[in-house]
Amino acid sequence: MTETATGSANSRVVIVGGGHNGLVCAAYLARAGRKVLVLEAADQVGGAAVTREFAPGFRVSSGAHLLHVLDPVVARDLGLASHGLSFARSGLDTVALADGEPLVLNGAEVRSGTVSAADRATLAEYVARQRRYAAVLARQHGRIPAPWSLAKFAFDIRRLGRADMRELLRVGTMPLYDLLEDRFESAQLKGALALDGVLGAKLGPRSGQTFFTSLQRAGAYALPRGGMGTVTGALAVAARAAGAEIRVSSPVAKLAVAGDRMAGVVLASGEEIAADIVVSNADPKTTFLELLGAQHLDAEFARRVLHFRTLGCAAKLHLALDGVPEFRGVPAARLGERLIVAPDLGYVEAAFNPAKYHEFSPAPVLEITIPSVHDAGLAPAGKHVLSAVVQYAPYDLAEGWDTGRARFLAATLDALARFAPTLRRQILNAELLTPVDLEREFRITGGHWHHGELALDQFMMLRPVPGAAQYATPVGGLFLCGAGAHPGGGVMGSAGRNAARAVLTGSRA
Amino acid sequence: MTIPREHYLQAVFPTPFHPRTSAANTLNAWHRWRDYTVADAYFDVALEYTALRNACTVFDLSPMTKHLVTGPDALAFMNRLVTRDVAKLKPGRVGYTVWCDDAGQVVDDGTIFHLRDHVYRLCSQERQLDWLLGSALGFDVSITEETHDVAALALQGPTSCAVLKRLGLAGIETLAPFGIRGYAFEGGDLTVSRTGFTGDLGYELWIDPELAVPLWDRLFDVGRVVGVKPMGTFALEMSRIEAGFIQAGVDFLPADRAIRADRTRSPFELDLEWLVDFKKGPFTGRRALLEEKARGSRYRLVKLDVEGNKPAKDAFIYDRRRRNIGVVTSSMWSPAAKSNIALASVQMPYGTPGDELWAEIYYQKELKWSRFMARCTVVEGAFYNPPRRRVQPAADC
Repeated sequence: MTETATGSANSRVVIVGGGHNGLVCAAYLARAGRKVLVLEAADQVGGAAVTREFAPGFRVSSGAHLLHVLDPVVARDLGLASHGLSFARSGLDTVALADGEPLVLNGAEVRSGTVSAADRATLAEYVARQRRYAAVLARQHGRIPAPWSLAKFAFDIRRLGRADMRELLRVGTMPLYDLLEDRFESAQLKGALALDGVLGAKLGPRSGQTFFTSLQRAGAYALPRGGMGTVTGALAVAARAAGAEIRVSSPVAKLAVAGDRMAGVVLASGEEIAADIVVSNADPKTTFLELLGAQHLDAEFARRVLHFRTLGCAAKLHLALDGVPEFRGVPAARLGERLIVAPDLGYVEAAFNPAKYHEFSPAPVLEITIPSVHDAGLAPAGKHVLSAVVQYAPYDLAEGWDTGRARFLAATLDALARFAPTLRRQILNAELLTPVDLEREFRITGGHWHHGELALDQFMMLRPVPGAAQYATPVGGLFLCGAGAHPGGGVMGSAGRNAARAVLTGSRA
Repeated sequence: MTIPREHYLQAVFPTPFHPRTSAANTLNAWHRWRDYTVADAYFDVALEYTALRNACTVFDLSPMTKHLVTGPDALAFMNRLVTRDVAKLKPGRVGYTVWCDDAGQVVDDGTIFHLRDHVYRLCSQERQLDWLLGSALGFDVSITEETHDVAALALQGPTSCAVLKRLGLAGIETLAPFGIRGYAFEGGDLTVSRTGFTGDLGYELWIDPELAVPLWDRLFDVGRVVGVKPMGTFALEMSRIEAGFIQAGVDFLPADRAIRADRTRSPFELDLEWLVDFKKGPFTGRRALLEEKARGSRYRLVKLDVEGNKPAKDAFIYDRRRRNIGVVTSSMWSPAAKSNIALASVQMPYGTPGDELWAEIYYQKELKWSRFMARCTVVEGAFYNPPRRRVQPAADC
């Protein structure tokens, strides 16, 4: 591509949105010598990877609450450790709550619980294989999707060896339900493993491609000290250190176009900022249909953006607790692990069923952290914060979330009470963020933490849509860098890094 | 548009003029045009054609797909849809246009009637409602298909203005080509546009279906002395080829129907570069067309004067070395131009005036097939383009 398509080396780059990918992109571009300005709408950077106070004295990661897929290349390149990123705890166990004894897992290892020797052996083999497959996927994450990417993907799969390749081709698009039923005996274990395939997705274990989605959860879980805001805080420091300017409380209202090229942005305040290159960390629908406007796009492209599946199905629960909570069978030493409510496959699938009909789960599945166990700074002395992803909470709830929110909160607390009967008495403050609330708080269309379902039909050169899957868009000088682009969200930073490379090389489909 | 509950009982309908067209159709020859049956010919194709070029004819245009686009963003929507600058089309004017998909390939062609501020009627050869609604994202417009709500006749030929004059349309002779004017007719509204598909002086009449039969009757009543005749599709086909007009599905494949990538055509490849305005702002296909302009087109639509008098139907086109470089899409012996004419799609860079091209023509006499190679001359402009088509005021007697 010519220099005019990517801007000259000293032209200004505006990044719309200071989420983790926007900050990663800013840091890389600034390190490459570009003049970078990040415009964040909220009063702090971080997007959906932030720490905020939700009740007096109680702070929580109000969006993502566990770090597990951060691109190690990004962490190393940007020196996040030296810019303030530290961990309260890494390598969290997964504690599958049960009416009886909980099952405690850590990767391939069963740390406690009643599981047969056969299941243990199968688990070791299953997890090892998941990790090999996840490594293949992770290799795709760092690549800008191109027509030859599929060939590279195929080559990576072939290099796994004949047995692994055959198995991946067999199970690659399979429902996790069938696979788990085939391999395991323990209902508790199957429930716990099923959760990996459905968290954040509008899928149940019996839905196709849940094996594929489960591969995105093969990493180890960590709790950044100070919550997820520490991660994006470190990214902001890294970006500023490299020379990027960051302005908060500066919502962008419009992208300015001149002659089919980016001319800059217009803030909600009316302020106009000129830029040859605009990189949008906003989700694709916001970027193309709100900030840019469909009239600047070809009709078929605009329609593809409209049909990008963005309806979130996960809610976020925050509880301020007066004291140490008690979970049935969970010793105090394990309270700070990753607690899950997914007692068996049937429970998870039944939780999903109502979502298909625009209703929430009467008995939801949960992924719970109590970060204050490891990180006392998040709550007043002697008190705790509980953060949970709660599913299923379809964005398009039939009754609407105005009335649905309180009812779903009650259902969620009931589901918790099954495993923590005394918890309700300890609640000082409860906040439930439905997808509609997440959409408003984080300015993500549909409130989906990946900006759009991360499924095979919205993956690689199909993400978010053909014509914008290489970070460059049909409008000259406009790039995507958010979770809506390859390889998706989850606080990886890969999209931001790839987008910076696309800007610098001017790669276009 | 109201669809009767029993719509499934009948798939194809008589047009609002059917009581009269069926009575006039002495050949009882019909074919289907979208949702309607229309006449192939009424009494004799050659005589109907002759009436068109020497007196005037009435053609039942009702099945033509019609859409109404209204709303504050109607102009912006139209401009994003089509390749030409609709802002230049003043109220009361009609413009021919094409529209493209993202790849800059022609989806369809048609005419835009700027009826009044923020109100456009789009007539197309194909059904386009889905495409139009799909293009409406982000625009404050209302789009409806009104094919069934508007009856239409094409009154074409040298005495067409005289007929309308006799019908009592005061000042109709001053209506400029591509102009629109409204008249009262038997308690309703009659919209007249100086447009047509024949390349002759002519008008199209748009009216409430309730008034269709009275309009037909009045036209034939007052038009008898100037030779008005009904005309079917076969004679129309002759006249449109003489005029050099292309037809969707014949001279190009609508892009949304194509499965194979090389079967579609861009406006440049249909000799319609004059319809593409890159300066007006964004429109669907603009980026692809800019790239094509920089890279070069694959095909060219040419008008050919073919040696001899055998129509070059479906003929392959060859270069001087007998390399196959294209195909004829429409062809006929033209009585008006007194020549053997054809529209053909040829590969670039062939088809410039002066090129030596050959058509491989098959014909039969008494079931015996013969083949010969006919030399073709590339010609510019319409094969038949009488001054009366444009003259103002129009001849009215």
